[in-house]
Amino acid sequence: MVEQIVFILVSLFTLITAVVVVTNRNLFHAALALMASFLGVAGLYVLLDAGFLAAAQLLVYIGAISILIIFAIMLTRRLMHALESPFNSQWGLGAFTAVVAFAVMAGVIAQFWPVTPDSVTPLASRPEVSASILRGSVAELGRALVSSDAYVIPFEIASVLLLAALIGAIVVAWPKAEDE
Amino acid sequence: MVPLSWYLLVAALLFCIGLYGVMVRRNAVAILMAVELMLNAVNINLVAFWRYLSPERPVGLAWAIFVLTVAAAEAAVGLALLISVYRNRGSVVAEELDLLKN
Amino acid sequence: MSFNLVEFLKSLVSLTVFDYVRQVWGDTPGVEIVLDIIGVLVVSTFCLLIVIFLIWLERKVIARIQDRIGPNRVGGRYGLLQTVADVLKLLTKEDITPAGADKVAYNLAPLTIVMAALLMWAVMPFAPGVIGVDLNVGVFYVMAVSSVSVVSLLLAGWGSNNKYALLGAFRSVAQLVSYEVPMILSLLIPILLARSMSTEQIIAAQDVPFIIMAPLSALIFFISALAETGRTPFDLLEAESEIVAGFHVEYGGMKFGMFFLAEFVSTLFMSGLFATLYLGGYRFFGLENLVIGDMEIGRLLGLIVFFVKMFTIYFIFIWIRGTLPRVRVDQLLNFNWKFLVPVTLVLILVVAILDKLAGGAGIWTRTVVQLVGNGVVGLVALELMRRAARRYRREQEAMVMTRRELASAPAEVTVSSH
Repeated sequence: MVEQIVFILVSLFTLITAVVVVTNRNLFHAALALMASFLGVAGLYVLLDAGFLAAAQLLVYIGAISILIIFAIMLTRRLMHALESPFNSQWGLGAFTAVVAFAVMAGVIAQFWPVTPDSVTPLASRPEVSASILRGSVAELGRALVSSDAYVIPFEIASVLLLAALIGAIVVAWPKAEDE
Repeated sequence: MVPLSWYLLVAALLFCIGLYGVMVRRNAVAILMAVELMLNAVNINLVAFWRYLSPERPVGLAWAIFVLTVAAAEAAVGLALLISVYRNRGSVVAEELDLLKN
Repeated sequence: MSFNLVEFLKSLVSLTVFDYVRQVWGDTPGVEIVLDIIGVLVVSTFCLLIVIFLIWLERKVIARIQDRIGPNRVGGRYGLLQTVADVLKLLTKEDITPAGADKVAYNLAPLTIVMAALLMWAVMPFAPGVIGVDLNVGVFYVMAVSSVSVVSLLLAGWGSNNKYALLGAFRSVAQLVSYEVPMILSLLIPILLARSMSTEQIIAAQDVPFIIMAPLSALIFFISALAETGRTPFDLLEAESEIVAGFHVEYGGMKFGMFFLAEFVSTLFMSGLFATLYLGGYRFFGLENLVIGDMEIGRLLGLIVFFVKMFTIYFIFIWIRGTLPRVRVDQLLNFNWKFLVPVTLVLILVVAILDKLAGGAGIWTRTVVQLVGNGVVGLVALELMRRAARRYRREQEAMVMTRRELASAPAEVTVSSH
């Protein structure tokens, strides 16, 4: 019961701040709401016993990506106080598409997994796992990321991708010689 | 006693909110923010499936980490591109970036 | 088991009061929640109140270093109540919001920075078993929470609607984000040596304190902790003698006080983290397990040992503040990216390889091997830095020489043309 209440509060927080992100006129406030939404997602990870991922979420999303976004907002700020609408002309169509997409997804989810918490079907609640497995999941993850029969190739590709993105971002954003 | 489907529904809703933002916002930075929301929704799904279906094997966690990495790379490159565009064209409104049109 | 006052007081002294309460009222529903709330209140109140003492200590020590007396009027000849008076002054000031400020951001910034500073204490082991929560990702959690404080600087700078505040925030963010890199990298070394990210287990692994096993990593962590908390020689965020104050220039009263508070709380936390990760935390030759008669006095002794270690490190922070001049902003960033980060990366590689090679050996062999590895990396880095400095100085001298020649050359030309 307590778990359900906590889950509902955290999800409502996440979703409401997400709505603020896509609707607020003030881009800076939208970025703040985005941070709050990331925080809510981190809360969901904690509820799912993924503490490592929650901390990574804080470090990467709030500590790095949000900061980057705020910097970008400030560097391109001439539009900040534009009086015109923040939405383009297709907002009705967009809303319709989003609603239809959600309806389809919800239908599929409800068909395959029980929605009521009290049903006797499997996955109505988190399966019980011994605490040692959950505690060891980080070590397990670390081993999986570097073992050759698991994820070592994706891991290396991801690191190369990060390096490429790093260099690419510097090259793209570097001021040209004639600007100076 | 939270069923798996609740997490999936929250993730789907978050994804659709992000989708709406991507389709209707005019400012390119706002579009990027909405894309980040969508990536987060995907991550919730991955972690929820890990916890409910295979908690002893870190499959979902590993993929969530990769999504995180890609999101970081995407944000860095995307925002660098936006700053470069802003420097050249003085605007980051997505509709006005139509040099290739006509 | 029924309640017994003597037993209760005994458990209070030996810091096992929570266990005692659980023994007595363990079956009552809700007792765990009440205990959790009490624990949170005790730790956070401690952190907020100790700042009053820390500020007094800092002023007194700095004064002694500079051959002054320091606070000596309010509260006896040692000025013990000086900070209390200062806090009362801050509390009674008018609460001002600048015109055109972004109210949400302006009011949120002091709150989030204090919250981040307090949240970090959740994984700090004060004594054996006295810890908020022993997370299996403890050290990583600390880094994650401390990275959130960067956001509040941006909020403060943007919300104040003042270009100097915004510039100050940009500078601060550049510094904090940069120094986060060597800090996380240097923290990887104790994690690697202890094979765990949990603070409790890192302490348990320190039969030999990690400052002996990995002194270079400790030094790098200490330097980046100085920069992260914005203290001299890296206090460009504030630089009170040059610029007014960075990002919090528009704040007054207790809102300003909260930034101040957060700075002191996180500095003390960094000292505590250093004591935990490199000095063995509450461990001191088995003193933490001491039992006299039927009194488990070990926890209390462990707490005292931890506090002594933490305040020794804190004293070094103050000492450095009283001794070193401030660096320039380009020196700050160059030192980080061109020296600290590469050295730490090399160090991680060396430590990992040596740990693998000497893994099966006894604790002392491993210590000596790691110590030698650290020493070699440190000496090579110092030598490289010295060469770079020499080259830089030569270039500077050459530039000055050519400038002098250029200045004297036209004069000769004019003379010969006559």
